[in-house]
Amino acid sequence: MTETGDATITQFLADDHNRCDDLFAAAENAVSVRDWASAAAHFQAFLEAMRRHFAMEEDILFPAFETRAGSGGGPTFVMRGEHREMNGLLDEMGAALERREQDAYLNLSETLLMLMRQHNLKEENILYPMTDHALAGERPELLGAMRAR
Amino acid sequence: MIGAGLAPEQGPPFTAPLRFFLTAPWFLVAAGLLAAFDPGWTEGPLSPTALALTHLLTLGFLGMVMLGALTQMLPVLAGAPMPGIRPVATIGHASLTLGTPLLAWGLWRGEPAALLHGAGLLWLGLAPLLISAGLALADARRLDSVHAMRVAFVALLATLALGLGLAGWLADALPAGWRPDDPFIWLRAHALAGLAGWVAILVVGVAWQVVPMLQVTPAYPAWATRPLLVVLTSAVGVALLAPAPWRVVGEIALALGLAAFALVTLDLQRRRKRKLASPTLDLWRLGMLGLIGAVALFALPLPGEPARLAGGVLFLVGFAASVVIGMVDKIVPFLAWFHLRAGPGTSAGALPGMKDFLSDAAARGQARLHLVALVCLVAAPFAPALAVPGGLLLAAAGAVAGWNLARAARLYARHRR
Repeated sequence: MTETGDATITQFLADDHNRCDDLFAAAENAVSVRDWASAAAHFQAFLEAMRRHFAMEEDILFPAFETRAGSGGGPTFVMRGEHREMNGLLDEMGAALERREQDAYLNLSETLLMLMRQHNLKEENILYPMTDHALAGERPELLGAMRAR
Repeated sequence: MIGAGLAPEQGPPFTAPLRFFLTAPWFLVAAGLLAAFDPGWTEGPLSPTALALTHLLTLGFLGMVMLGALTQMLPVLAGAPMPGIRPVATIGHASLTLGTPLLAWGLWRGEPAALLHGAGLLWLGLAPLLISAGLALADARRLDSVHAMRVAFVALLATLALGLGLAGWLADALPAGWRPDDPFIWLRAHALAGLAGWVAILVVGVAWQVVPMLQVTPAYPAWATRPLLVVLTSAVGVALLAPAPWRVVGEIALALGLAAFALVTLDLQRRRKRKLASPTLDLWRLGMLGLIGAVALFALPLPGEPARLAGGVLFLVGFAASVVIGMVDKIVPFLAWFHLRAGPGTSAGALPGMKDFLSDAAARGQARLHLVALVCLVAAPFAPALAVPGGLLLAAAGAVAGWNLARAARLYARHRR
């Protein structure tokens, strides 16, 4: 599924969700054994993967979908709001990591995981299939643009 | 319809699921106290005390949490908000809270009036909730989990209909033409539809979503999703409706299917990427072991009532109650956080995190009590003296669960002001 023509938006972004989940777990596992150096490296990778994922959606996919479906105040509005929530938690997690506060980090990461995974389920179950349907004609270009981020 | 299920107003108000979650543990307390004060349930699954206990656990605890969770899951995960959610949740919750003890009392004391009023109250009060959930399910996305919920929902309707019929028969209130020739056929169908069709299939369908979600495990393999649902659904159908010699085929397929589900879930959890210790993970593992044990006790040709009764305890307390507690311990703190965060006038950084609402230590203490209670209760049919400590420990585990959740709700209310 490396060829843009064959992939669906759902598959491509769901795979990216899984990649983010793996990086999340690696950072949290390192914090749980107080391996702070490794935790910092994994968290940085996780943070970058999350920012890239949000950018692919907010800068490329959502505007295309909003243009086509004319629903700027609908589902993408809610998803953007949850991205903001997640960014807030990521900031707090970064601060906890810097202060090496294990309990604070794990409390935040627990919260982020629940928010992130229920957000992902909504996207994978509902929003992405809607974009695949609505944007079928321009899918290769959109996937190419998202890969280039 | 574009946007259905993702608009912010379409998640239910927090009070809709929360009232169910806060009430449910107190039915564990009631069941535990009854199990301790009247150890007569150890005589067999059809003793009056065992019937009362079963309904306190299935309607009061499991049904309460599962119906509450549906009000949240249908809109959020399946894109299908339940119409009229506020009134139907309020009425449904009230009828479960009042009707279940009445029904259990009627079964325990053999009082026809309590039995009939309890069953009638449950039917009247749950009808709007069931209609609303049915409409939402008809409209929901075509996901594997939604298909499982649909099967479970149909099984629940069959269970409740048969239950009403059985209550009428026990109270000798059925019109002449409606009386069953052999009420045990109704009883068997009632238990099979309720335990396998509703409880087990709903847990399977929800597990597909939440097991990978909570521990960051790989997804369920393809054979363990829709093909397994087809096997389980057909197995329940055959076990219920086929001519007598074929029913055993359905029962065997059901046992194998549920055991396969439990084993694959344990395997996924073993391969989880998130290594953090978690009481919810422990409860789910206990639940899967309980399911395997229950299936084994029902499927193996073991002699006598005690093995069947122990199998029932393993299914209800070991399997279903364990996974349900594990879920509620996550859902309530998350929803509390989520609704506070989304609420007006709350500022980032000032909010408690999930573990402030319910700490791992509090959840772990509850889970340990639950485990010890389970061990005593499973052994009680063989050693009835254990019914007393087992019941008291179950009541204690329920009280701690109720206290933990109430504390989370109080913290939510304090920040809400």
